[in-house]
Amino acid sequence: MLKQVEGSAAVAEAVALCRPEVICAYPISPQTHIVEGLGKLVAGGQLKPCEFINVESEFAAMSVAIGASAAGARAYTATASQGLLFMAEAVFNAAGLGLPIVMTVANRAIGAPINIWNDHTDALSQRDCGWIQLFAEDNQEALDLHIQAFRLAEELSLPVMVCMDGFILTHAYERVDMPTQEQVDAYLPPYDPRQVLDPADPVSIGAMVGPEAFMEVRYLAHVKQRQALELIPAWASEFKRIFGRESGGLTHTYRLDDADTVVVALGSVLGTIKDTVDEMRSSGVKIGVLGISCFRPWPTAAVRTALAGAKRVVVLEKSMAVGLGGIVSNNVAASYQGSPDHVHTVVAGLGGRSITRGSLRKIFMEAVEERLEPLTFLDLDYAMVDRVLQREREHRRSGPIAEAILRELGVVAAKIG
Amino acid sequence: MFQVRIHGRGGQGVVTAAELLSVAGFREGRHAQAFPSFGSERTGAPVVAFCRLDTRPIRLREPILAPDALIIQDPTLLHQVDVFGGLTHDGYILINTSRSFEELGLDEFAAGFRPERLSTVPATEFALKHVGRPLPNAALLGGFAAVTQQISLDSVGAALREKFPAKVAEANIAAAAEAFAFVTQQMREAARA
Repeated sequence: MLKQVEGSAAVAEAVALCRPEVICAYPISPQTHIVEGLGKLVAGGQLKPCEFINVESEFAAMSVAIGASAAGARAYTATASQGLLFMAEAVFNAAGLGLPIVMTVANRAIGAPINIWNDHTDALSQRDCGWIQLFAEDNQEALDLHIQAFRLAEELSLPVMVCMDGFILTHAYERVDMPTQEQVDAYLPPYDPRQVLDPADPVSIGAMVGPEAFMEVRYLAHVKQRQALELIPAWASEFKRIFGRESGGLTHTYRLDDADTVVVALGSVLGTIKDTVDEMRSSGVKIGVLGISCFRPWPTAAVRTALAGAKRVVVLEKSMAVGLGGIVSNNVAASYQGSPDHVHTVVAGLGGRSITRGSLRKIFMEAVEERLEPLTFLDLDYAMVDRVLQREREHRRSGPIAEAILRELGVVAAKIG
Repeated sequence: MFQVRIHGRGGQGVVTAAELLSVAGFREGRHAQAFPSFGSERTGAPVVAFCRLDTRPIRLREPILAPDALIIQDPTLLHQVDVFGGLTHDGYILINTSRSFEELGLDEFAAGFRPERLSTVPATEFALKHVGRPLPNAALLGGFAAVTQQISLDSVGAALREKFPAKVAEANIAAAAEAFAFVTQQMREAARA
């Protein structure tokens, strides 16, 4: 059924259709509306049997999810930003134990400086934790990916993180097609665990493994992620068969035919990029887009194929590897068969900085005209940065950087973008 | 695509206004996208929310920098925020005030726009009268429907019924209807002048 709802409400409803049996969460912006919505459904009796557990922290949230999942329950949680970091130890454990937990990450920057707005630093900080990481382009896909995530997680016995841009998607009202319970039930069978703590058939989960076998266990985690590369497209096709629309999969391509320049990105910024690319195409620029919907496992072959005809690649990412450059671009460069010199990193939108068509067009034209630097920071105020560096040269006690920059900037409330 | 930017202060329901407008647009079969700009979430601080309406799916995620219409919930913002930034010269302006553009000191500014697209409505007064609380959203959306004719008053009503319990919705619908009539009358007078 078509509805006009907030992204968080759409995800809450979709998760409820997946019949989770344990939901544990600790509130943090911009994830809060999702678990509030689920809390209401449990309290109102629309979602049952399901236990909603208020926990004292994100570390507890993931720990409870681990316990619930090991006991054979379909478990769900959601978090963002500092919350994801706070649960990090348990996040690695969930993957290492092979427990099919599904978690939404409402992507948000990481402090300090504290910032509640969107970027991808939180999810990408956990890129090597062993979870499958899927990124949604719009609210329809966010909703759909959760349904696919439970299926994928339980088939592989691996946890899946569904990443959706905080505020930009979680707080956006847009049209979604909400599936029926019958459709979801047809796609997602009841949870049949590969391992379960069952008093009638006791096992222990969580052995200590020494040097004699640790590498084998870790290698199997890698093998499973590579298996996911086969299963993700297969289940996206199955999803299309039942729900009638394309969602998920490994990558999305847009206007790649004959494209000399290909822009690679994750998440909701793909929409703005596509609009920009349409404008540029209409003035004859051969440019296309590769959206990464599955970041872990990294879809090496799909990326390689998509970039096969590209003379140059622009990776626009809402994250950075401090001291190196890009995170996503590093992955892209490893899959690109052309010269690594032709892979450009554009760091954009950190901490909620707006990414506009105007700025994108400018940077893409620089790439097309082969003027783009290897590493660029979109719309960075270099003059301000220079003043800070100047002050540091002149004064030993130059003071805290964030506060100095805010003083220079003056009143921010008056700005619109 | 028709782009609307709503300016107000934290606590006045700016975000809700954009959401309601998107629901009204959706009810008319259009694609609609509403989203907030979470600057400062403090009560009273300037807040902006956005709504796009289109016949095609909306992919764009940038803030609305060149709006087709502006709704200003609090005229005291005029001196604090660049509320008119990017507005096109055939754009619409709706201000929540019992004063005129001239009385707000905007007559010179207004001269650059099409007069039938500029409107003021005492939305807070209508809200106090019908709803009993100074929440001008519904009345402003009624006024918006009248001045822009982008959505119908009925769709505003349907969106209010979807969002609020029956009693609250009906009170807000009455405020929206009075604002719709007020702005329609104002436009008739402007057309005669």
